[in-house]
Amino acid sequence: MIYRETGQFKTSYAADQAIFPIAQDRLGMLVILAVAFVAVPLMASDYWLTTILLPFVIYGLAALGLNILTGYAGQLSLGTGGFMACGAFAAYKLATAFPELHVLVVFALSGLITAAVGMLFGLPSLRIKGFYLAVATLAAQFFLLWLFNKVPWFTNYSSSGVISAPPLAIWGETYVTGFEATPRAKYLFALTVVTLLALAAKNMTRLKIGRAWMAIRDMDIAAEIIGIRPLATKLSAFAVSSFYCGVAGALWAFAYTGAVEALAFDINVSFRILFMIIIGGLGSILGSFLGAGFIVLLPIFLNNALLAMGMAEAVALASHLEFMIMGALIILFLIVEPHGLARLWQILKEKLRKWPFPY
Amino acid sequence: METLSAVLVEPFVAIAEAPMFFFEVLIGGLLSGVMYALVALGFVLIFKASGVFNFAQGAMVLFAALFFVGFIDLGWPIWLSLVVTVGVMVLLALVIERAVLRPLVNQDPIILFMATIGITFFLDGFGQTLWGSDVRRLDIGIPDDPLIVAGLYVNQFDIYAAVICGLLVLGLALFFQFTPTGRALRAVADDHQAAMSVGVPLNVIWAIVWTVAGIVGLVAGIMWGAKLGVQFNLALIALKALPVLILGGFTSVPGAIVGGLIIGAGEKVAEVFWGEVLGGAIEDWFAYMLAMVFLLFRPQGLFGEKIIERV
Amino acid sequence: MMNRRQTLGLAAGAIAFGAMPLRLHAQENAQFIPSLVYRTGPYGPNGEPFANGAADYYTLINARDGGINGVEIVFEECDTQYNNDKGVECYERLKNKGPTGAAVFSPLSTGITYALIERARADKIPIFSMGYGRTDASYGAVFPHVFTAPATYWSQATSLIQYVAAQEGGLEALEGKKIALVYHDSAYGKEPIRTLEALAERFGYKLSLFPVAHPGLEQKATWLKVGRQVRPDWVLMWGWGVMNSTAIKEAAAVGFPMERFIGNWWSGSENDVTPAGDAAIGYKSANFHGAGATWPVHEDIFKHVYDAGKGAGKRERVGEVLYNRGVTNAMIVVEAIRTAQEIHGNKPLTGWQVRDGFENLDLSAERLTELGLADFMQPIKLSCEDHEGGGSVYVQQWDGKTWKRVSDWIPPMRDVVWPMIKESALAYAKEKGITPRSCT
Repeated sequence: MIYRETGQFKTSYAADQAIFPIAQDRLGMLVILAVAFVAVPLMASDYWLTTILLPFVIYGLAALGLNILTGYAGQLSLGTGGFMACGAFAAYKLATAFPELHVLVVFALSGLITAAVGMLFGLPSLRIKGFYLAVATLAAQFFLLWLFNKVPWFTNYSSSGVISAPPLAIWGETYVTGFEATPRAKYLFALTVVTLLALAAKNMTRLKIGRAWMAIRDMDIAAEIIGIRPLATKLSAFAVSSFYCGVAGALWAFAYTGAVEALAFDINVSFRILFMIIIGGLGSILGSFLGAGFIVLLPIFLNNALLAMGMAEAVALASHLEFMIMGALIILFLIVEPHGLARLWQILKEKLRKWPFPY
Repeated sequence: METLSAVLVEPFVAIAEAPMFFFEVLIGGLLSGVMYALVALGFVLIFKASGVFNFAQGAMVLFAALFFVGFIDLGWPIWLSLVVTVGVMVLLALVIERAVLRPLVNQDPIILFMATIGITFFLDGFGQTLWGSDVRRLDIGIPDDPLIVAGLYVNQFDIYAAVICGLLVLGLALFFQFTPTGRALRAVADDHQAAMSVGVPLNVIWAIVWTVAGIVGLVAGIMWGAKLGVQFNLALIALKALPVLILGGFTSVPGAIVGGLIIGAGEKVAEVFWGEVLGGAIEDWFAYMLAMVFLLFRPQGLFGEKIIERV
Repeated sequence: MMNRRQTLGLAAGAIAFGAMPLRLHAQENAQFIPSLVYRTGPYGPNGEPFANGAADYYTLINARDGGINGVEIVFEECDTQYNNDKGVECYERLKNKGPTGAAVFSPLSTGITYALIERARADKIPIFSMGYGRTDASYGAVFPHVFTAPATYWSQATSLIQYVAAQEGGLEALEGKKIALVYHDSAYGKEPIRTLEALAERFGYKLSLFPVAHPGLEQKATWLKVGRQVRPDWVLMWGWGVMNSTAIKEAAAVGFPMERFIGNWWSGSENDVTPAGDAAIGYKSANFHGAGATWPVHEDIFKHVYDAGKGAGKRERVGEVLYNRGVTNAMIVVEAIRTAQEIHGNKPLTGWQVRDGFENLDLSAERLTELGLADFMQPIKLSCEDHEGGGSVYVQQWDGKTWKRVSDWIPPMRDVVWPMIKESALAYAKEKGITPRSCT
């Protein structure tokens, strides 16, 4: 009744090709953005901002990056953590070597550097496919972490190999990274970056390049026959994906933890981000964020719920139960909807269109 | 120039100067490779029969070892613990087949992969809820003092491990070759639909394959547990098995063995002779790089089935 | 199987439930002490006894003394799984709990310490990283809120070298000796390298470094090199978790003598030697507190905590090295709060008030005896500038059943370590734009 497109006529091509052709979708999106940009910073406590919302948006960005590569271009990758580390360390080197650079420039450059690294490690994808490629990208994961851990130049010769983010201001004295920044500023900064990049991703997937990715994903030989160059397409997917992961890594180090060592981006991070896109939905921008929300919130929620149920004395048991419930829920969600949360949302929308008269 | 010589020349000089030491490293590496192959075998069995990339193999290794050592600590004799643990693994296989594989039949490989990650979480939590997260010692009576054979040092423990692994592979080969179930398993591995059409029950076969993988996991768990103590970290050895797996090919049992040997020997030699100039701790990524280089020439692994693509 | 609607309902309910305010403690006159522990994850086996020791000591203080000068202790554990993100989440969750907020955080992980140092500076909560974390944070002028008592990795490295020298017959005898460091390839493991290098220059021994990648399941290459090629006179180890027992096993397998293999204080617990079995007999490690359940405080713990059924762990594991380390950690925290109460009054204190207690902490030998811990550890006296205190360690040896003390207390070479700490801390201050406070 509410969600119905009857009467919305498209009178121009531009209207027909809009990102959200349905008025209710546009409205919904605006409401979500308003909540995220205005209501949340006003209402949420520092605990929510720093430990839940900030990692959520950053993980969302990384998941988006991996989704471009895996969900849209069909190249399975387990090197996400390595690429995030690359972004973090590039940003650190840039910010410390050129303190006068603006924070956005630092982030953009670190993304570009990561993109270059990503293309390098994407080269084997021309010959290696499927799970074989996934394990080959682990080479990137392990090698990059080893490199950042081992070469003291990357950490400015710190004795322990930990980098700590310098404070950077977006304008004047408004710091958005480092420890001078308020949780609100960091959250808004991360959210802005993520929103812009998500918009860019949405548009990319609607352009020629996005269609080429999807053609390669669905069947690369067929795509090649109809004139899509596999080399350029696969490498562009690696580059764009790595750019996103790199920026996410830089945000992680600069806005979230503030001090990281290379090990913070270990293989578990790669796996977590892969979970996010599978649970959220492969090949869906929305799915990346839904998945990130699921994987970030679920353990914290489970932990708090178990503690609230009087298990404060048995922290170990609570942690083990958290693992078990998490595992069981993942399997359950896959059985209920193998195509992820985004698909559930889509089904819901289909139902809403006819509701309450489903005939 | 100096770095080039340090990377390209000096290690070879070091090898030439101390050939005995080189052989010690090589043998040590090959024997480590056998231990990796032990874990990789479980992956191969399941992938071959059901096309599932079973990430939970590492968790199954831990799970089996936890039960085994848990029963022993309860004061049960070893043979009884072994039998009961095998029983537990059979039960686990049945539950996984019923609760995870059957509802997800015909889904994309990546979805099944994700489901096995769910299994991993569950098993890690469940095993530790039951048995706690203490380090437990598992003593199966293999001595680990140094052994010098003809001037060459070898690790006794590794020799035993290699023998046990050899027996295991022999047993598997006989099972596959000469029993009706083994034949059915091979039929399923070759072609699901053809196997079903001649009356091979797919669900039963899957349960059997997971059981066999569970038993292989138990053997791996006992060997690795005797080496490291039984604790949560056992689950992480799956990561050491992955390069072995891609190098050998997902579908080949001999591939897992040969892959293990190449990876084991390669990473040890690299760490010992090239580690210092590169900064050390290069084993991990070296194994993956080595596997990747092999893949560039054979994208399906050394012994994997040739991938034929048609439009 | 649930249908979709039920699943969605469950998810919605879950989110609504998660948004509820967290459980709050009702006690008004109570001091809240958060405990970041790890009872699960790859290092869970080591986190468990530590957490039990700390919990039992706090329970003891409440049960025996009715709290600290009548102020009851409320403590809450949060499981970090040795994971930096979870550690940050735990910190943010616990920092404002209780009537006056968290008294002090002990992150129990070098990585988490790094992530929390600047957060805690902003939140005005002290960090007590006992025997881990950032060594240069011992310089109180730059890090007013971080305490590293009773000893740091850099001090420990100098003590161990002195022990080696004593075995070889004096510091001069180190000339030309070969010492190897086998270390966890992380921020933690890299800490002692600079100190050991500085000492190598001074005393003329040859240092070789052997990094082991996390988690350290495979060390065959390392030990082949150590035992069959380099053949050092001594091996020092900065390991943690499964890396330790694996290293002991591999060392035995290449025939390296255990008497010449010394771990640091995180490489010398029962968990490290038991999986290796008889191979570990003779293995040595550093320690800064006693091992075994033979002190009066343990009797009290048995009497007031375990007999009352309030024990956190198993009775027979009381007195293990890591259990005693948990007790030590809790004891120093309690004594610091007691000192702070002398300044600010016997009431629940804020983190910054507790910080004053740490800075004026004077844990004398007499006080330790009163606490039932005579000769359990060396006296500690902290000051505005020095947040490390004494720094002495002793070397213990595993005889197959217990850890035996085999050396006297070895004080660190303060003349080597302190200038390095100061230099490193001041460099940090410069990078971060912190003005060191005056300590005179």
